[in-house]
Amino acid sequence: MLLKIYWNLMSALGIVSPQSMFFSAPLPLQSGAEMRDYTLMYETYGELNAARSNAVLVCHALNASHHVAGLYDANDPKSAGWWDNMVGPGKPLDTDRFFVIGVNNLGSCFGSTGPMHNNPATGKPYGADFPVVTVEDWVDAQARLADVLGITQFAAVMGGSLGGMQALAWSMRYPARLRHCVVIASTAKLSAQNIAFNDVARQAILTDPEYHGGDFYAHGVVPRSGLRVARMVGHITYLSDDDMAEKFGRELRNGKYQFGFGVDFEIESYLRYQGDKFSEYFDANTYLLITKALDYFDPAREFSGDLSKALANTQAQFLLASFTTDWRFSPARSKEIVEALVKNRRRVAYAEIDAPHGHDAFLLDDPRYMNFVRAYYDRIWQELNQEVAA
Amino acid sequence: MNFQQLLQLRPDLAFIAHWVAPRSHVLDLGCGDGVMLDYLQSDKDCSGYGIEIDDDQIPKCVARGVSVIQQDVESGLAILSDQSFDTVLCLSALQMMKNVEGILRDIARVGSEAIVSFPNFAYWPHRVALLRGRMPVSKTLPYEWYDTPNLRCATIKDFEALANQVGLEVVECVALTEGVPVNFLPNWRGSLAVFRLRKNSAERPA
Repeated sequence: MLLKIYWNLMSALGIVSPQSMFFSAPLPLQSGAEMRDYTLMYETYGELNAARSNAVLVCHALNASHHVAGLYDANDPKSAGWWDNMVGPGKPLDTDRFFVIGVNNLGSCFGSTGPMHNNPATGKPYGADFPVVTVEDWVDAQARLADVLGITQFAAVMGGSLGGMQALAWSMRYPARLRHCVVIASTAKLSAQNIAFNDVARQAILTDPEYHGGDFYAHGVVPRSGLRVARMVGHITYLSDDDMAEKFGRELRNGKYQFGFGVDFEIESYLRYQGDKFSEYFDANTYLLITKALDYFDPAREFSGDLSKALANTQAQFLLASFTTDWRFSPARSKEIVEALVKNRRRVAYAEIDAPHGHDAFLLDDPRYMNFVRAYYDRIWQELNQEVAA
Repeated sequence: MNFQQLLQLRPDLAFIAHWVAPRSHVLDLGCGDGVMLDYLQSDKDCSGYGIEIDDDQIPKCVARGVSVIQQDVESGLAILSDQSFDTVLCLSALQMMKNVEGILRDIARVGSEAIVSFPNFAYWPHRVALLRGRMPVSKTLPYEWYDTPNLRCATIKDFEALANQVGLEVVECVALTEGVPVNFLPNWRGSLAVFRLRKNSAERPA
C-alpha cells in the first residue's frame, strides 16, 4: 500500500496512454532506400499552449520507447516511463509548463513500424530486410510528426545517450525548429571501442541459429541466446567499474565455488538475469538496427571530421551533461561537443557530474544533475513567458 | 542585471566592469554564480563563457542565462582556441590555484586582454596581523590558515613580476577597498589587487 502511494506520488502524471499516427508519404532514408509508409507510436504529457511554443521532444535511447513518463497501470510501479524521474508535474522537465512528446523510433519494437511488421511490398514481416535507419532518418520522421501536431518550433529537443545524438542531429538538420538542445551523456560519434562492443552484440545475434537470417518470426522462435549475450555485453558498458565492484564485488551466489560453468558470482547472476529479461521483450532485428544507427552517427564526417563546421549552422542554445564514471560516452566526448560549440560562439551550459553510476547515471536521480536540468528548463520557461508578455 | 544591482551585490565587480569594453567576447575563469557575465551580457551587450568547478554554482549560472562550462581551470583551457576572447577575467580566483603560472600563460594564449584580481596580502591589517605573529583573517581573507582555499598569497608587487614573465604587460593596476580605488599607498591600503593586462606588444599579432 505504502509502495503504491509512493509510486503514485513519484509518477504524478498518473495513467498515460500511447497514441499512433500513420504516415502514407514515403520517407526517404540516408541509405538511399525509403520507408513506403509507416506508423509512429507516441505519447504526450501536459498541454500545448496557444502559441504552440512550449513543446519539448524527448528522444529515446537504445532499449527505450515513446513511454517517457507516467504509468500504464496504477498498481504497477514497473509500468512507469523510462524517464519518469525527469518528466512530470513538478519534475525538472515540468509537464505543468511544457507539452512533452515521446516518440518511438522507426525500426524499434514498441509499436512504431519495425522489422516484425509486414513489409507492404511482400506481405511478410520485414525481418532483416527492414531498411537500415540512421539517427538522421529518425529525426526526419520525428519532424513529420511535429508537423502534424502543428509544432513548427520546439522549446527544446532533449535526449540521453542515443537520444542525445538525436537532439544534436535536430540542431544541425532543423536549426530553426528548436530553441534549445539538451544532450545528456552522449557523443558526436562512437569510438572504435564503442563500435567494437556493438559488433560483439550483433555477432551474438547473427550467429544464433534461431536468428534464421532475420526471418525468425516465420519459424516461431526468438534468437534468445544471442539477445541475452548482446544485452550482457551492453549492460557491462552501462555500469562503471566502481559501481559494479560496490554492488557485486566477488560475492558468490552460493557462498562457495561450484567448480563448474554455472553461476558462481553474483555479477554473473545479475547479468544473466538482465539478459533473460531483455530477451523476452526486445526484438533481435531491432537490436541490430539500433546499434548500426549508433555506429553510423558521425555528423562531422562530411566536414572532414571537423565537428565545429558541422555545428556551424545551428541556432539553438545547448545544455550538455556528462558523468565522470561514464566510460561508454565519457565526459571527454561531451567536451568535444562543447569545444565545437564554443568555437561557433553558441550559448552552452555544460555540467560534469561526479556520479558513481557510469553511463546509467543519466537515468538516475543525482541532485546535482537534476538541479542543473531543472534550472535550465526554468530559464526556458521564463523566456517563453517573457515572449507571451511582450 | 543593471549597474546599480551589480554595485550593490559586488562593488569590486562593478568597478572592474568599467574596464570591459561593450560587445566584448569575455571568458570568466572561476565565474562563480555568473553575476559578472550576467551584468556584462545584459548591460554591455557582451557575450562569452564562464568556467566554474563548483557543482552548487552551475545551476545559479544557468538561472542567470550565463553560458557556463563546468571544469577545473587547473586542468587547462585546451578546449579554447588561441586568441578567441577579447577579455579574460580571473577575479578573486587565482589565489586558489596551484599552477598560477600555467593559468596565466593560458590566459595570455586565449585572450587579448585580461583582468586579474586577488586579495592583496600586503593590505595593512594583514601586515599588522603578521607583526602580531598571527596569519591574517580579514574580509578579503576570511579563512583561518588551516581551512583556507587560498593557496597563494601574493602582493601587488609580486604579481607584476610574474605577469611580465608569462608575456603579459600591466596596463593598469588598482587596489580596491570595499570596491573603491585606493590611490595613496595602494599596496598598504588596498585589500583587493586588480590588474588590467594585455599581451606583451612583442607577442601580439601585428
